[in-house]
Amino acid sequence: MIRVQREAFDAGREIAALTADNTRIGGVASFVGLVRDLGGLRSMTLEHYPGMTERQLERIEAEARRRWPLEASLIVHRYGRLEPGDPIVLTVTASAHRQAAFDACNFLMDWLKTEAPFWKREEGANGECWVAARTDDDAARERWRGSG
Amino acid sequence: MKILYFAWLRDKAGCSERDVAPPPGVATVGALIDWLAAQDERQAEVFADRSVVRSAVNQDFAEADTPVCPGDEVAFFPPVTGG
Repeated sequence: MIRVQREAFDAGREIAALTADNTRIGGVASFVGLVRDLGGLRSMTLEHYPGMTERQLERIEAEARRRWPLEASLIVHRYGRLEPGDPIVLTVTASAHRQAAFDACNFLMDWLKTEAPFWKREEGANGECWVAARTDDDAARERWRGSG
Repeated sequence: MKILYFAWLRDKAGCSERDVAPPPGVATVGALIDWLAAQDERQAEVFADRSVVRSAVNQDFAEADTPVCPGDEVAFFPPVTGG
């Protein structure tokens, strides 16, 4: 399941809802990305491409489910104006065993960093600027090549 | 054909979307960029450094040789920075 939303999410509630009534699940891995402030950040605004963003997240989730035996999975990604400390993204993967859950959760984040249409704009003391893509995010995605 | 711009490409384009009717010879994303960049100074500025411009045709990631047709939705944006 994927969701793109402006509202905040509660990771605990999301995990509880995702895993309810499925006792085949033996392990759940989750990741929460937060707005980081390394000095002077006032806000971060996330823009997305309505339609394509949802489609890409569905594809990324489907790819994870193709690679690992998951019982359940969830991606929630926010857009709009966020402040330091606010949650941006949640990925949850549940499987019979922990390794598939850990690996799939890691994979979801690496892939959505480079495959999901979102763009960040930071507002600091000296004005606003768009965040540039990171080459180490590309490298993180590439390490999954050939392992599927 | 509907053109969409995101992030700083929209800032440079001065609009988030526009309808265009390129001539029949414009049949790929690369040719469309050539044609758009030749339309006016703002478009030339948007596509000044093509190495930082990504594209999608009908909401699928595209490359310079991806075909485009009348009625398509073609989006231009910088490399993504989500997560």
